[in-house]
Amino acid sequence: MDDIQLQEAIERYLTGDMSVEERTQFEAIRKATPEIDQMVIEHAMFLREMDIYVNRKNFSKLNKQVFNQLLDAGTWAPEAAESTSSRVIQLWTKYKKVTAIAASVGGFIALFTSAMMLFFFPSINGNQILELSKAVEKIERNQKVQGHLLNEVKTKVPENAKLVSGGSGFLIDTKGFVITNAHVLKGEGAIVVNSLGQEFKATIVYSDKNSDLALLKIEDEDYKQAKALPFTIRKKSSDLGEDIFTLGFPRNDNDIVYGKGYLSAQTGFNGDSNTYQIQISANPGYSGAPVFNEKNELIGIMSSRQKLAEGVAFAIKSDKLFDLVETLEENELTKDLNVKLNKQKVKGSKNRKAQINNFKNYIYSVRAFN
Amino acid sequence: MKAELNEQALLKGLAQNDSKAVETLYKSHFSMIQHFVTNNNGSFDDARDIFQEAMITLYEKVQLEHFTLSCQIKTYLFSICKNLWLKRLQQMGKYSAPLSSQEETISVEEDLDQFEKKDAALAIMDRALNSLGEPCKSLLEGYYLNKKGMQELASQFGYTNADNAKNQKYKCLMRLKKLFFAQYNIGE
Repeated sequence: MDDIQLQEAIERYLTGDMSVEERTQFEAIRKATPEIDQMVIEHAMFLREMDIYVNRKNFSKLNKQVFNQLLDAGTWAPEAAESTSSRVIQLWTKYKKVTAIAASVGGFIALFTSAMMLFFFPSINGNQILELSKAVEKIERNQKVQGHLLNEVKTKVPENAKLVSGGSGFLIDTKGFVITNAHVLKGEGAIVVNSLGQEFKATIVYSDKNSDLALLKIEDEDYKQAKALPFTIRKKSSDLGEDIFTLGFPRNDNDIVYGKGYLSAQTGFNGDSNTYQIQISANPGYSGAPVFNEKNELIGIMSSRQKLAEGVAFAIKSDKLFDLVETLEENELTKDLNVKLNKQKVKGSKNRKAQINNFKNYIYSVRAFN
Repeated sequence: MKAELNEQALLKGLAQNDSKAVETLYKSHFSMIQHFVTNNNGSFDDARDIFQEAMITLYEKVQLEHFTLSCQIKTYLFSICKNLWLKRLQQMGKYSAPLSSQEETISVEEDLDQFEKKDAALAIMDRALNSLGEPCKSLLEGYYLNKKGMQELASQFGYTNADNAKNQKYKCLMRLKKLFFAQYNIGE
């Protein structure tokens, strides 16, 4: 019996598709051969997982469909609910005076406690930094507007799917590998859109919440493999004060936006050595955008900004991309992808306008959907 | 008594993927969750996300052979949502005071643990399927997900007959299993 026949027999045995005679025969073989017994157990486990998977997938689809139908029918009004923020403002104006007095007393205690908090729980930072992915409603609205303007262009977002988040991304390998932030990919699938507004289907190959990096692969027949990357991916760390710039899609009209700044610290939020602190005006939607220096080198990936300090943003260091590729190579599932990072120096122009012109075709707007 | 019968019928419908049952559950209970989430630092979309997750938890619970629900559907869904929302607020570092609500709740930690465990296995399956490539991915999805017959799949994928398609399916299946078990810990 070859492998395929054996697989078939095991599956038919487990799904109850065997005749009584065949079944007794198979059970005898199973008893006599521990390897086959092991394979049956393993396959039973696999089929059980597959069953759960299939049920969950099908139900999730129904679940979302019903919700969207009811939503479209106007069953609920998203805005109707009392907003917490307006209540807070009301409270604030009402008790302003009292708070001011209390604040001066409380200030000292608060400073002390927050210092203690930082000391003991350096990872609690939810309120102080902001991810730069775009808010959902904004994209949805924009999608509608675009729908009116460009009726003839069909979107590649599957029917019944809803856009849930968005950000920026860029090619690291011309075979179609695009890097973005893991927090940009809140949905199940994604498409990428280039600076000309062309959409491409993409699959999520890898996503790691710890490093906040994710890898997409463009899988679309419309995608034409680009020429060699016009930038190098820098492995060494960059110098303080270095001039940097970024290109991303923070706006909803899909226009690429240029931003300029400098590297302000070797470490990121709370001394995080995986990121740089940079001085740049960062808007939501810049998440996943590349950060370049003057020498046509990619030095980082935009990821978050500090909530209270204007212009302070954090970029994941580019050497983390080398770690990512190493992880891919070590993993059974992804080792065949053969992602290559460009380490060759690119001589190109150092004129900023020429650089932007060269780079912009390698930068994408990323949209995740459910 | 009548209300109880209705709830049983509803759960039965849910177990059978009946869209009417799903619709009824949304119509009767989503507003409550929307109200709860939006009054506790969340948006409409947050409410949608956690309610959909709660629906899946309930769905997977009613799939179980010896399934019992020891409370009203409303209480169950609310308890799940409250738990999920609390967790999400903590993840965002927003949580401070106890959440405001007057609804009664029951303990649902066990169900949520189950859900999370399943979630992990499902993510592995998803990644394995997605890294298979074509035609394997669509062939296996056609067979297992969309329950198509071998004859239909053969003509869809251009195989000369059902036997060829079957051979291809088993080849793909063996690759999928290899990928799946490379990450799935047996007897975790």
